[in-house]
Amino acid sequence: MRFIAFIVFGPPAPMKCQKCEKQATFHITDLTGDELLALHLCPDCAKTYLHTTEPAEETPVISGLLNKQLKLEQTADDLRDLDAKQCPICGISFYEFRQAGRLGCPHDYTFFHSELEPLLINIHGDNQHVGKHPLRGAHDTESQTELIRLRREMKEVVEREDYETATQLRDRIRKIEGGSA
Amino acid sequence: MSIMIEEMTGRCGEWLKGLGPQSDIVMSSRIRLARNLADYPFIRRCTDLDRANIESTIHGRLSKNKHFSTLTFINVAALNPVDRQFLVERQLISRELANAEGARSVAIDDLEQLSLMVNEEDHLRIQVMKSGLDLESAWEQINELDDEIESQVNYAFHPEFGYLTGCPTNVGTGMRVSVMVHLPALVITQQIEKVFRSLQRINLVVRGLYGEGTQAMGDFYQVSNQITLGKSEAELLNQVAEVVPVIIDYERKAREFLVNEKQNDLFDQVSRAYGTLRNAQQISSEETMFLLSRVRMGINLGLIGDLKIPQVNELFIRTQPAHLQKMRQTSLDTEKRNIERANYLHDRLKSDRDDLSL
Repeated sequence: MRFIAFIVFGPPAPMKCQKCEKQATFHITDLTGDELLALHLCPDCAKTYLHTTEPAEETPVISGLLNKQLKLEQTADDLRDLDAKQCPICGISFYEFRQAGRLGCPHDYTFFHSELEPLLINIHGDNQHVGKHPLRGAHDTESQTELIRLRREMKEVVEREDYETATQLRDRIRKIEGGSA
Repeated sequence: MSIMIEEMTGRCGEWLKGLGPQSDIVMSSRIRLARNLADYPFIRRCTDLDRANIESTIHGRLSKNKHFSTLTFINVAALNPVDRQFLVERQLISRELANAEGARSVAIDDLEQLSLMVNEEDHLRIQVMKSGLDLESAWEQINELDDEIESQVNYAFHPEFGYLTGCPTNVGTGMRVSVMVHLPALVITQQIEKVFRSLQRINLVVRGLYGEGTQAMGDFYQVSNQITLGKSEAELLNQVAEVVPVIIDYERKAREFLVNEKQNDLFDQVSRAYGTLRNAQQISSEETMFLLSRVRMGINLGLIGDLKIPQVNELFIRTQPAHLQKMRQTSLDTEKRNIERANYLHDRLKSDRDDLSL
């Protein structure tokens, strides 16, 4: 995370920009690091400074947390096996999740349950939802999840030009969709 | 589609009106809920077809419901970059949605209090934004909306983990409560860092004006909850609602200190800021934000009498690149924008007195 503060009460005498010869009108305090960083810049250099030092995204924080957690708990062999583990519904591997910090489908929360639990505790300090529930109650989660898998399979068989299987899949998809509408 | 955007150019969102409690320091209160359909993969694993189907499912079901009949759907994928940036500047869509690929859209209401982003990081991001410190009514509205949407679609929900999201940092309630505060005096007195550190200790996050990974331009900061799992919506709301008055109090004390102890510097800086905004011949949006922030504080301290807070709030948005280009109805490079921005500010800020003296 990055914090920039503009300080109005700059030095009493006019100052030159620290990056060029123009007059410094921006007195910036960068609070990103552990130490305060004071900068005196002209408008152009201030703009460059503010825009080129984009902060890192949130994603690596999760990968970082996960990597740390996994290193503590797993041997290299275990980790290799775990990384290869693939969700049967959306096909995402644990390795891919670990790298991107994003899950592939709702079923991942069930399929990677034991790996996610310590991560969730790490992030939220908790692993049990206590808030709002859908009003209609729990719908048939399994058939919804099945739809994700069937549509993925459908894409594969169409790519293989296996139209017979595609027709069967289409009928199964329609049946489930019809039931949940 | 872009007729809506042309209309929007001439008006401004309800949240800029400077209404609501504590609106001298609190710009807006915002709540967003992350939701996903149960029968599609999360965005990261979506094919182009999945994205298109998610968009048409949500769009189709909502437009049949009378609750949503007043909403306008905007196909973000079909917009040009300036129009997308325009919606970002108005806080109606995120930068992520603007820059994404594939089918995506946003539904908004006429007051621009409500925005439903489809195919952002999650299938659905519901947002309600209010002027001033008004979390309770924002929650009431978004909760009702969420129920209404849920009656049309199947949300991905897990009995243990709650509402399921693409990123595990949002799982559970899927709720982010954000209050945008204007803290120039805490910045000037160099106390802002202390405030941030103490907020982090109680699991709150501080971000810049445009959310994640943006700088705090114009001394605006968004205070929001970090965690989403293990606490109820009410608890998360309270966490933010309890701390905001404390921050407001700090900011007021810092302003008092400046008025009492640094009066000459303060008055000088506010007057110079106002003077520069009125008389500059070319000005960047960074400098504009910086100076508008001083002017905004100046108005609140009674140092500037001929300008009102809603006008300044509006200028923060209207002097940004896409807004300038929409108003001038032409694309402008940075240099031309800086000139147009100065012209625009000059027009909007000139007083009757200026006219007489000319």
